[in-house]
Amino acid sequence: MNTNPEKTAATEAATHQVLTFVLGEETYGVDILRVQEIRGWSAVTKIPNSPPHVLGVLNLRGSIVPIVDLRKRFNLAQAEYTAVTVIIVLTVRSEAGRRDFGVVVDGVSDVVDVDAAAVKPTPDLGSRAATDHIRGLVSIAERMVVLLDIDRLIGSQIVEPLESDAAAQAA
Amino acid sequence: MGIDLAQFHEAFFEESFEALESMEAALLKLDIGAPDAEVINTVFRVAHSIKGGAGMFNFADIASFTHTLETLLDGVRAGRTHLTTGVLDLLLKSVDVMRELLRAAQGKASFDPQRVADLQFDLEVAVAKNEPPTAGAPATEAAIEAAAPAAAPAEPHSPLWRISVKPLENMLSRGNEPLALFAALAEHGELRVQAFVDEVPALAAIDPHRCYLRWQLELRSGASEQQIAEAFEWVEGDCDYRITRAGSAAAPAAPAIPAPPPPARPAAKADAAPGASTGDAGSIRVSVGKIDELINTVGEVVITQSMLAQLGALVEGPSAERLRSGLAQLERNVRELHESVMRVRMLPIGFAFSRFPRLVRDVAQRLGKQIELKLTGEQTELDKTVLERIGDPLVHLVRNSIDHGIEKPEERLEAGKPPAGTVHLEAFHRGSAIIIEVSDDGRGLDCDKILAKARSRGLVGPAETPSEEAIFELIFLPGFSTADQATDLSGRGVGMDVVRRNIKSLGGKIDIRSARGRGSRFTISLPLTLAIVDGQSVCVGDETYIVPLVSIVESLQVKASGVNRLSNAGEVISFRGDYLPLLRLHELFGVEPRSRAVHDGLVVVVEGDGQRVGLFVDDLRGQQQVVIKSLETNYGQVPGVSGATILGDGSVALILDVPGLIRSTSRREAA
Repeated sequence: MNTNPEKTAATEAATHQVLTFVLGEETYGVDILRVQEIRGWSAVTKIPNSPPHVLGVLNLRGSIVPIVDLRKRFNLAQAEYTAVTVIIVLTVRSEAGRRDFGVVVDGVSDVVDVDAAAVKPTPDLGSRAATDHIRGLVSIAERMVVLLDIDRLIGSQIVEPLESDAAAQAA
Repeated sequence: MGIDLAQFHEAFFEESFEALESMEAALLKLDIGAPDAEVINTVFRVAHSIKGGAGMFNFADIASFTHTLETLLDGVRAGRTHLTTGVLDLLLKSVDVMRELLRAAQGKASFDPQRVADLQFDLEVAVAKNEPPTAGAPATEAAIEAAAPAAAPAEPHSPLWRISVKPLENMLSRGNEPLALFAALAEHGELRVQAFVDEVPALAAIDPHRCYLRWQLELRSGASEQQIAEAFEWVEGDCDYRITRAGSAAAPAAPAIPAPPPPARPAAKADAAPGASTGDAGSIRVSVGKIDELINTVGEVVITQSMLAQLGALVEGPSAERLRSGLAQLERNVRELHESVMRVRMLPIGFAFSRFPRLVRDVAQRLGKQIELKLTGEQTELDKTVLERIGDPLVHLVRNSIDHGIEKPEERLEAGKPPAGTVHLEAFHRGSAIIIEVSDDGRGLDCDKILAKARSRGLVGPAETPSEEAIFELIFLPGFSTADQATDLSGRGVGMDVVRRNIKSLGGKIDIRSARGRGSRFTISLPLTLAIVDGQSVCVGDETYIVPLVSIVESLQVKASGVNRLSNAGEVISFRGDYLPLLRLHELFGVEPRSRAVHDGLVVVVEGDGQRVGLFVDDLRGQQQVVIKSLETNYGQVPGVSGATILGDGSVALILDVPGLIRSTSRREAA
């Protein structure tokens, strides 16, 4: 991985580092500062009555961290979980405070510098596709990378449906 | 210089609340007839430091109120104001008002300005009443640091004190003014100051925020060393100082030995920390968050260690034995580490008991009863969270004891008892539980009255004759009260059920013993910590769940014929003559079980909120103590699950919320 901390500091305003990973045919990117760690797949403990894309929870150095399957979240074809399946542990910040969670991806690719100016807005795909969780698109080595806004991706999906579930049950 | 003072607010509030507690404790210790000067000094110092802090942070209400309070206390200290029950009441009320004011300043509550103004007025009246008109104004103003008795000019025979003062670098930048310090010292007597300028650098090199001077002071005063040291209270840590007694003109003491002044205290150390309550100092303030992090990390170490132990058992070869003995050593060390870290969160129950002397005094006064409160086992330690949540139930029990238990003095005399009733609060450890007992020597629970009440409300059939224990149980029912007339203290029937619910929510239980005419005893048994629960592991399919042991009644195997269907309302099993709803955990949690046939698995009868259900699981595993982890931190609430824990192999198991599960079924049945 071509991480270069000095360069980051110098060009912070204009560029930021992004961790890219592969999911099926597509390449996605997340802000490297939100990445806690990358670890191999291990069996998770299921959470009863959780949304389908929440696989379960794992013990991450003493805290209990939910694991989200991005394939299910993005309605992609299912893949087998094998020893080479990778979990990226990310941090989101919402009104409720800081939360850690892991996403299951096919593989981690690279850490790249992304020039803020090179990020293109997501085209309007009509009402068919929710694009709230996409911060923009960027082209890296002739591949399109989808930059994710994980606060929106998870902040709005892992927490809220659950609370409304709870509210529905209480009612 | 713009320093954001807001960052210190939290520390100010925390210290002030603690200081108020020690002030309240000190006031309650005061003997009206012969007030202890030391105690009055403690109280004065508390008021003074709160006033100082409030002034600094611009909490004008608090500063103004404490100023009045301080004036009264100064009068008491100087003997101008006579300490009467009335004055003591005023002082205790002031503690309450100051708490309110502090909470209001914190933004957590509002206060009643009228009440504050009234009390402030009363305080002023109390000051004025006892103050001889001549001695008035200057002494009040001199309340800055003055130890009133010594404020008089020193007589020539007073001892001579040599004080050397050397400011540290940050004295000026912390807003301490040496001149004010000297002014405070000068109030004790005749002061001569000599400054040394030898450390002042060349003009160009001077840092204007630093103080380069040091001083040698000579104070001729009858004040004690402690009174003199009080002037240094605010500069503690910001300057080096030494107070030595040089011997008095009349009786020259050996100059080399610092002759111990009357209240022989080595230095101002103990007095320098006005907020410090009992205990021999040496403590630091650490946020609970940091401790929890530490506990987490140690928990991880425990898991890693047990993983290594499993691996170590498999190793063979020449050094295997040494590896294993090393691992055994590690295990011992880790266990000790774990225990000591858990102990960090533990606090003595004395913190919860400390409010009772005051409460008992007030309640007894209002009811016209004589109560002697006995506290035992205040040093017994328990988890901070448990400690915080046990306070209210205890208050309730103690109030009940005074209101319902203890008789009026005349009634007691008739019964051949001493006129003053005793309420005894006792705490001790038993196994991994803490036991708190509230007992009294009052009239005891009246079984007949409770039974009559229960019959009249249809809770007990006319033909039934329940056992004594069963009758005592009745008082835990919601809305049950035997009081003929509700008082403002107790007897409204909202109470014992809440007490029991609170205690259950802490994973504890409460028992009653009572003898007519001799008194009653409420025994609360609580887990030492909320961070750990005794659990029974059960498995359903591939999943392992933890059922808190406290909610398990019994585990049994049920034959297929033992399960009955109730049309569409679900299944029931027969258990000791009752029918209990059967909850299939695999259905509730959507897990694939080993078998759906009831006779292939086990039924765990659990109890929560006074209701019993049978939980159908595949199998039971071992019992173990598990550390409770939050699911909510990173995920959210899960119905039927109270938390999670990490098992020995590092995997996660969910802990069942039994009352929650039971509630969810009764809702389902209702729907």
